[in-house]
Amino acid sequence: MTLILEPRHAAAIGRHGEADYPAEACGLVGGTVEGDRKVAVQVVPLANQRSDSLRNRYLIDPQAFRRAEAQLARDGLEVIGVYHSHPDHPPAPSAFDQENAWPWLSYLIVAVARGRAGDLKSWVLSDDRSGFVEEPVTIEERKVVWQ
Amino acid sequence: MAVTVLIPTPLRPYVDGRDAVQLEATNVGELLDRLAARYEPLKGHLFADDGRLRSFVNVYVNDRDIRQLSQRQTPVKPGDTISIIPSIAGGTAVAEQRPALSHEEILRYSRHLILPDVGVEGQRKLKAARVLLVGAGGLGSPAALYLAAAGVGTLGLVDFDVVDKTNLQRQIIHGTSTVGRPKLDSAKERIEDLNPNVRVETFETRLTSENALDIIREFDIVADGTDNFPTRYLVNDACVLLGKPNVYGSIFRFEGQASVFYAKEGPCYRCLYAEPPPPGLVPSCAEGGVLGVLPGIIGSIQAMETIKLILGVGEPLIGRLVLFDALKLEFRELKLEKDPDCPVCGPHPTVTELIDYEAFCGIGAEPSYDGAEITAQELRQEWERNPDLLVIDVREPHEYEITHIDGAVLIPLGELPSRLNELDGHREIVTHCHHGARSLKALEILKAAGFSKVRSLRGGIDAWAVNVDPSLPRY
Repeated sequence: MTLILEPRHAAAIGRHGEADYPAEACGLVGGTVEGDRKVAVQVVPLANQRSDSLRNRYLIDPQAFRRAEAQLARDGLEVIGVYHSHPDHPPAPSAFDQENAWPWLSYLIVAVARGRAGDLKSWVLSDDRSGFVEEPVTIEERKVVWQ
Repeated sequence: MAVTVLIPTPLRPYVDGRDAVQLEATNVGELLDRLAARYEPLKGHLFADDGRLRSFVNVYVNDRDIRQLSQRQTPVKPGDTISIIPSIAGGTAVAEQRPALSHEEILRYSRHLILPDVGVEGQRKLKAARVLLVGAGGLGSPAALYLAAAGVGTLGLVDFDVVDKTNLQRQIIHGTSTVGRPKLDSAKERIEDLNPNVRVETFETRLTSENALDIIREFDIVADGTDNFPTRYLVNDACVLLGKPNVYGSIFRFEGQASVFYAKEGPCYRCLYAEPPPPGLVPSCAEGGVLGVLPGIIGSIQAMETIKLILGVGEPLIGRLVLFDALKLEFRELKLEKDPDCPVCGPHPTVTELIDYEAFCGIGAEPSYDGAEITAQELRQEWERNPDLLVIDVREPHEYEITHIDGAVLIPLGELPSRLNELDGHREIVTHCHHGARSLKALEILKAAGFSKVRSLRGGIDAWAVNVDPSLPRY
């Protein structure tokens, strides 16, 4: 599948990563599935609920996930991805990411080096959980057609 | 009627795209097993290799977490709704680089490893941790020793002093054999003897506004064992700016304080003490004395809090100030609130970079004493020429008992203002104390009272013992 983001989504994820630096920032991406495209519509920043190791760990607990999911559902959206920042690390999934990953979801990772957001990449867990596969991301301005 | 299982989006591709599945079962364990049996590829995402539910898979029976019910044994009945709710976790690769433990380390830390709250994972966290100790003195000694013994992988030490014999009464990381050597060398040797697995990084410098951020940035946690206000505010502000926890301790005579200042989760030192006390009001250990065991207790509390932060166990001293009274053997606790107007950690900070902390603490603004001081040798010569010269010892009577200069008159600083009438304004006066600080205050009092021919002995009785009369003991 290809993940379709608007520039504002990428910017919002970068800003969140910068704001929470040097802690890890995290949140969800709500959107719709259109054929083999996951189309992002809304970025939902969430609080990192880890009470320790904030610099290299993030956690979205089931309650927070559920609330966000319910909110997105009201707009006809579903959770299509998760984003988090890697402070002073490249935007590639760690072994810990893989251990804890859900299938199908897009895992967006933004690198935040010395407080400045840089590369954003998206990854999807392979079906057999053996690794992450980088997912193509298209960043495009959506044309809203009023009918 | 069957039980309904709600399937979260990421798992729907494995259940033919459905958002719910109907199954028959009597408890949660049975239900999940049947679900996995019917949709084989789902199994690996729900269960780990050992058959247990993966930690990020949360199962709710009618909105209640099965962890709060009977886990897999939680009964289900027809009509119930079971939700599988993701929790999402992850992080950077730092923690995977957490070093493994050697056989030697496993043996060395065995009493930690068998503690459920530490274990192998916790011990590896300790090994991966980087802790900076500011000051290798009274507080830094026990903190460094316990942290090294506990297996903290990297200890940074900042100090620029040399070991003095008067340090040994409380600074237990140093020894008689290292008197006269830099404290950093002495501490490093002792740590490496205690635990060669610890990497010691030394910074032989005074912590300043110029170097503090660069030094502290490289560490996870700072333990502040400083004995002066400018450095304490500097450490605090640097930790707030860098988002690091600052494990604070301080001691005076028979009393100590400890807290964890971590601005992300609670108050900082400035929330507690917005302004430093006027210079000279709070005496240092050198001036006021300290019971040697006291820094052992407070420094050990700092080590304990540091380890708790690394392990992520228990309740850290964030937002609490512990006050310890050794004479009563009493611990009290004050709740600390974050100051919404805090100039450094509040929502509208006015301090956004490091400042001049000496000036902030009123140091350097003291009057200049050029010409008002006299050296020990000069005093000896003048005193021989002019036996009428009056030498006033402004120390306390218990210090006078330790040692005194023959011929000096004892008038403790506190009594001086009320005993001015005992003094003859026509005589030359020299004030002296232990190291030369209190005698300058005495000089000011005398000058203000109209005594014009007053000087202060530079270096105090200590300089006298070194340069004039070696028969006197130093303290």
